[in-house]
Amino acid sequence: MVNELELDVVIPKVAKALAETLFMVSLSFFLAAIVGLTLGIFLFATRPGQLLHNRVAHTALNMMVNTLRPIPFIILLIALTPVTRALIGTSIGPSAAILPLTIAASVGIARVAETNLVAVDPAVVEAATAAGARPLHILFGFVMREALGPLLLSLTFIFVALIDATAVAGAVGGGGLGNLALTYGYQRFDYPVMILIIVVLIGLVQLVQFAGNRLAHRFID
Amino acid sequence: MTQRIRLSGVSKEFTVNGTKSMALDDINLTVNAGEIYGLIGRSGAGKSTLLRTINGLERPSSGKVFVDGVDIGALDANELRELRRRIGMVFQQFGLWNSRTVYGNIATPLKLAGWKSQAIRNRVAELLDFVGLGGKAFARPRQLSGGQKQRVGIARAIANNPSILLADEATSALDPQTTTEIVDLLRSVNDQLGITIVVVTHEMDVIGRLADRVSILSDGRVVETGDIHQILAQPNHPVSGALVGPYTRTALTEGEKSSLRNQFRGRRISVAVGQHLDDDPVISRLARQHHIDFTIIQGAVARVKDQPYGQLNLALLGDAADLDRFVTELADRVVVTEW
Ligand SMILES: Nc1ncnc2c1ncn2[C@@H]1O[C@H](COP(=O)(O)OP(=O)(O)OP(=O)(O)O)[C@@H](O)[C@H]1O
Ligand SMILES: [Mg+2]
Repeated sequence: MVNELELDVVIPKVAKALAETLFMVSLSFFLAAIVGLTLGIFLFATRPGQLLHNRVAHTALNMMVNTLRPIPFIILLIALTPVTRALIGTSIGPSAAILPLTIAASVGIARVAETNLVAVDPAVVEAATAAGARPLHILFGFVMREALGPLLLSLTFIFVALIDATAVAGAVGGGGLGNLALTYGYQRFDYPVMILIIVVLIGLVQLVQFAGNRLAHRFID
Repeated sequence: MTQRIRLSGVSKEFTVNGTKSMALDDINLTVNAGEIYGLIGRSGAGKSTLLRTINGLERPSSGKVFVDGVDIGALDANELRELRRRIGMVFQQFGLWNSRTVYGNIATPLKLAGWKSQAIRNRVAELLDFVGLGGKAFARPRQLSGGQKQRVGIARAIANNPSILLADEATSALDPQTTTEIVDLLRSVNDQLGITIVVVTHEMDVIGRLADRVSILSDGRVVETGDIHQILAQPNHPVSGALVGPYTRTALTEGEKSSLRNQFRGRRISVAVGQHLDDDPVISRLARQHHIDFTIIQGAVARVKDQPYGQLNLALLGDAADLDRFVTELADRVVVTEW
């Protein structure tokens, strides 16, 4: 059982871990959104019949994404340890988790962005072309805009997956809720704390999903 | 008559999986300023491809397209975009931008053409009025019915005061009642705004109500071009006949005739109905004059571009000499066949 005294100790720990998780997720999501959306737009635009139609570039980008995507996150994390250490100076802690998280999320975002852009009705492009719009304007002002609703839902999905991935990173020394759960639940068999962490995670995911849905539906109609 | 559009020897070849096919094969046609020009043909005949060469969405493999005398194949990318802003286009599936409101859809071509925001607001309000969507400015396309979507499509297409409107199967996704409304709207676009319209459709009925002149396409070729009344009355090419036939089918088959002969034992005639019957009620006038009666036993009359078109089959009752005089005098005015 969790007694009064233990709660006093546990709540600040959970709060600190939550802050670490939010830090890792937000920063890596922000960086991955920039990298991933850029990659996704290029993946789309280099397709046959599109603005930058270029088979070589498309194949190269595609291969890069296809190579990175199937690697399980835990393996990517370990494989990147030397790079992380060289770049950040350490391979443990929340900051060190940012690099693998960003890479994993970038390729995920690249793929979902491409998928959402491809799904836009070609009639949208046809009508914009017939109205005399420029190619770049068509890509950003029409295709991207039409894809925005579904894209926000996909980004929400990636955001939730990142929360999941930080727990994995936490398990191997990344800090955050995953690390805390491992310490209390696995090493000390303190299930009440474990359950508290699970409740916090569920609440967090619900909140993110709710916000993502709300935002996306403003653009879906 | 001013020529608005001229296609000269236009061909278009597509290569799919290494096999070449001719979507358009040496097309020559002229669309005059202010007319409604119909392009009709079966699915795959090349109608859409032909229409799309007019605003450069499709580049001919050979031949030239002139719009207001300008060879559009010689335009650079900028000039081509300028041209497109002066040619409206409406689509079968409407092609509205769902992420924009009705207002946003109609305002977009105006923004592209560099209109000022106050002028855009006034123009959109005027257009919404014109197409009968007054209260719908801030609706989303998904909230509209098919007919309303096409009204938005038309408002968007004519927003920047184009001289040409291209309509690709503009009514093919709509029910008959809504089709009629859209046909009427397209007619007012032509009548009131003087916009030249090229309509592509496989619905003969739409062509009959809209077009002044028609080209019939088959396998990428124009097999017949002419005035709508002339094509309906006398299709010269088998493909034209097949397209026009169901719309104007009034001729009786031999089987129908023999059973009708048993049923109506007097004299039976077929009368071609055309423009002159609007001006002179010749059938009833001569019937009264010669004291005969008649029963309409079969027939169909449609209005094609505001003129009646069709055929009536009559069984005649009366004195033999009176009937002779009636038939002879009637045959002076309209085409009569006795069977
Ligand atoms: N982009 C393309 N690539 C390859 N073939 C094409 C392309 N566009 C059209 N075609 C071919 O050209 C021919 C004419 O097509 P088009 O769409 O112009 O016909 P259509 O008369 O408009 O038919 P529908 O009534 O079905 O719309 C068809 O055989 C079609 O398969
Ligand atoms: Mg077509």
